[in-house]
Amino acid sequence: MALDDRKSEFTFVGTRPDRPDGLDKVTGRAKFGADVSAPGMLHGAILRSPHAHARIVKIDASKAEAHKDVKAVVTRADFSDKVPFQPGLEGEFWNVLENVMAGEKALYDGHAVAAIAATSALAARDALKLIEVEYEVLPHVTDVDKAMASDAPVIREGAADYSVPEGMHPNVVRYHESGHGNVDAGFAEADLVIEDSFVTEATHQGYIEPHACLGMLGNDGKGELWCTTQGHWIAQKTCAALLGIETSQLRVTASEIGGGFGGKTTVFIEPVALALSRKANRPVKLVMSRSEVFRATGPTSSASMDIKIGMKKDGTISAAQGVFRLQGGAFPGAPGDMTAMCAFAPYNLTNVKQIGYDVMANRPKQAAYRAPGAPMGAFAVESVIDELCKKLGLDPVDVRLKNAAHEGTQASYGPTYERIGLVETLEAAKAHPHYSAPLKPGQGRGISCGFWFNHGGETSVSLALSEDGSAQLMVGTPDIGGSRASMALMAAEVLGIPYENIRVTIADTASLGYNDVSHGSRVTYASGLATIKAARHAVERLCGRAAAKWGIPVDAVKWEDGCAVPSGPNAGDFDPMPLADITADMGATGGPISGHFEATPEGAGVSFGTHIVDAEVDPETGKTSVTRYTVIQDAGKAIHPTYVEGQYQGGAAQGIGWALNEEYVYGEDGRLQNSIFLDYRIPVASDLPMIDTVIVEVPNPGHPFGVRGVGETGIVPPLAAIANAVSHAAGVRMRQLPMSPPRILAALKDNG
Amino acid sequence: MDYHSPASFAEASALAANATGITRFLAGGTDVLVQLRSELVTPDTLIDIKKIDGVSDITRNVDGSWTLGVAATGAEMSEHPELSGDWPGVVEAMDLIGSTQVQGRATLTGNLCNGSPAADSVPAMVAAGVTVTITGPDGNRTIAAEGIPASPGKTTLTKGEVVTAVNIPARGENGGDAYLRFIPRTEMDIAVVGVGVSLRLDGDTITEARVSLGAVAPTVLLVDDCAKAIIGSTLDDVALDALAAAASAACNPIDDKRGTIEFRTEVAGVLAKRAAKIAYARAKGEQA
Repeated sequence: MALDDRKSEFTFVGTRPDRPDGLDKVTGRAKFGADVSAPGMLHGAILRSPHAHARIVKIDASKAEAHKDVKAVVTRADFSDKVPFQPGLEGEFWNVLENVMAGEKALYDGHAVAAIAATSALAARDALKLIEVEYEVLPHVTDVDKAMASDAPVIREGAADYSVPEGMHPNVVRYHESGHGNVDAGFAEADLVIEDSFVTEATHQGYIEPHACLGMLGNDGKGELWCTTQGHWIAQKTCAALLGIETSQLRVTASEIGGGFGGKTTVFIEPVALALSRKANRPVKLVMSRSEVFRATGPTSSASMDIKIGMKKDGTISAAQGVFRLQGGAFPGAPGDMTAMCAFAPYNLTNVKQIGYDVMANRPKQAAYRAPGAPMGAFAVESVIDELCKKLGLDPVDVRLKNAAHEGTQASYGPTYERIGLVETLEAAKAHPHYSAPLKPGQGRGISCGFWFNHGGETSVSLALSEDGSAQLMVGTPDIGGSRASMALMAAEVLGIPYENIRVTIADTASLGYNDVSHGSRVTYASGLATIKAARHAVERLCGRAAAKWGIPVDAVKWEDGCAVPSGPNAGDFDPMPLADITADMGATGGPISGHFEATPEGAGVSFGTHIVDAEVDPETGKTSVTRYTVIQDAGKAIHPTYVEGQYQGGAAQGIGWALNEEYVYGEDGRLQNSIFLDYRIPVASDLPMIDTVIVEVPNPGHPFGVRGVGETGIVPPLAAIANAVSHAAGVRMRQLPMSPPRILAALKDNG
Repeated sequence: MDYHSPASFAEASALAANATGITRFLAGGTDVLVQLRSELVTPDTLIDIKKIDGVSDITRNVDGSWTLGVAATGAEMSEHPELSGDWPGVVEAMDLIGSTQVQGRATLTGNLCNGSPAADSVPAMVAAGVTVTITGPDGNRTIAAEGIPASPGKTTLTKGEVVTAVNIPARGENGGDAYLRFIPRTEMDIAVVGVGVSLRLDGDTITEARVSLGAVAPTVLLVDDCAKAIIGSTLDDVALDALAAAASAACNPIDDKRGTIEFRTEVAGVLAKRAAKIAYARAKGEQA
């Protein structure tokens, strides 16, 4: 749907003003999850399973309860028993409940089994040792392929939904199949067919701020919750369900957030703090340690994938198929469907087929991580395309251009694309000096494309004007990537008042209608669209006041550069009336002037990127250095280009970690071996090159200013682009992530 | 937990000798406090030796040797031009540990007494021929650095014994040392393999050498076969290959989350060659 009120010339949008939260964050004034306290507050601590899979025979908390500093102990019995168990994601509230507090079984190392509230954090921690839990240890499985095998221990019967074919192991809980054309006929037309298999390990979002919250819940069923989250309405809804209270009786306020990347789109400790508070009748603060974050909050899925692609000598892909098996912990939700749908989405294919599996294993419940599922699929598919290009002597950018999806292409996952910007990113890659720069001996260059859907979602925004002509904007999507700056720029553009005169607040659940989580790269798109519409609503009312003053019809007034003006010579001869002149006496001319907008916008506009990477491999140690990196991505319209560049660079940085060193390492006993940042190796600053960025702008027809989300696509190409660069540098194809030095050195040895 | 801050090593030793349960000495605290917070070790007695006179001193003795107090930090070592000039390998090894903040607290003595086989400064100290002075219930003694580690997390120090000083020999003429470690990143990590080399030349020929390996066995190793491989050579390719082979042969590593047996064994040889080349260049007076 094209919008007839599209705008392409801008005053404020596209500039780079200082961030509104900058001073708060550099001075420590910003209040994060752990930064609030309440009178009479207790401190919580959670007892976690040391076993990967065990029946909980008995929990004896009597010694802990008798301790003078302990004010409450909770177990699963202290949560609602009305949450229904249902297959697949239909029973997501039950899944979350089972995750935040184990029921009959502990399902992974780190699974919560009980919690304590005590008068100090140290007392709470020490009192955990007084809780006696009797476990019956069960066989466990942590690997995705082993979890699907016939002899795998069953995590939970009945978790599979309708989509799973007959005869699969009960650990396979969701199944996806899609595509079009006839892949067998397509492979027969190919001059070269390559089939290969790929594996990726789970990685953690690695946000700097551990989960933290302060919960207060009385026996009257009324509560307050302060927490670090990407979405406080989902926290409200989920906590209310898990505790058996009415949603509206729980008011949730989102703190400042120290990173989320998808990992804070659900709840972990929040319902536990509220249950402890209800039992102790005092506020309870819960703060996770880093080890708890690694062991018990969402990493991304691990994956095992088989790819088959056929190519003609001229580079045309004649057929493509993929099987994607994703492990998402002991609960349904691994995004095998997303992996399958995204894997071939950049290409205009006649014959394509993809299958995705959602598989349970004895690991923590996976959570979203930027474009969930897409990066691993891109790693597998783009590696095979690279190998085909190499074997057929074709340029990897030219081949991608030849097969690139464009407006009118039927996407691999079904719909027909509207205006998209993949070709533009590939052309920019080809023209970029990086792509033609000479490589030194020992270096290799890799490229990859990437795709993400982007999302709209339920959105509600309010804007209120003040007497002095400034504006306050209330949005409901936590600011995880600079959205307050972007919202203020878009409101400024519509109202025609300076960016600095607009204060943007993340409103609590009692102040606005429902807002979906800050996820799916939706905030600049959906909250932005709602902000523009709310500002336009206020402008309509401003024009109405001017019309009344001038005594002319409202449709004879238009809004220009922050002023009401007559719409034409026939409307009358009046001087422009600035916004502040109208608001100065708005109390006497009809009351406060506000603007509102609520909707579920559905024109998010898919997004594509192309990355170019140079890597150098030390042949004696297998150590990789990323020497040059360029991100090219379609933003539709960059509202605040600095933040857009930050999103691009952040995607590349996290991708470098995922590709080279980050991984969940499990021992034979099913326990996580590396639950600290020392051994879970995210890149340090000196591991990264300067990451160059190119913002391509192919406007999204579904947004008034052309915005496409930019938060997720940037992490889709890096795994593949880096793997292609490393494979060229090392002279051996790397099929397993992370490409840690021991793996590369072993591959070099095997290669002779 | 009892916390003490004695004014002398004799008092510190007596406190430790009479303590029950788990005792830890606190110098920089960069291991002890981390272990305490992560509940790995909860000491019953904590003896802070930072307040003893002279423990932060770095002193060059008249014979050219060095005495370092037990609380002299990595940052103080790195900022000491004469010490860095004499023993660049020891100073660089210490400087590799942790962040800038950790460098302001961390000490050679703490790194040695933590007993980790992956401790960065220890192979450099062992290669350099460092000794430590110890005070205990039975008086004072001085032993080689390689005599302290017993097994991962354990030392040979007996109850009531406390290290009182680190002694680095005089560098002398035509000598050079170097330390290299392998980590998958560029900093802020723990050695997967560490190699310290110290050698002396007569002309182009190596006359003395000590080679030490870290993170490839339960304790840091002093490998005589590595020294023999290069003594008498000009560090030509034959000698370098023999050095690498001897280093790999000396490895007795484990498979763990940080590296495999095969990887550690192979890379020990690679780093031994690279470290030896740096030490050799330094002994020749070249910048390296």
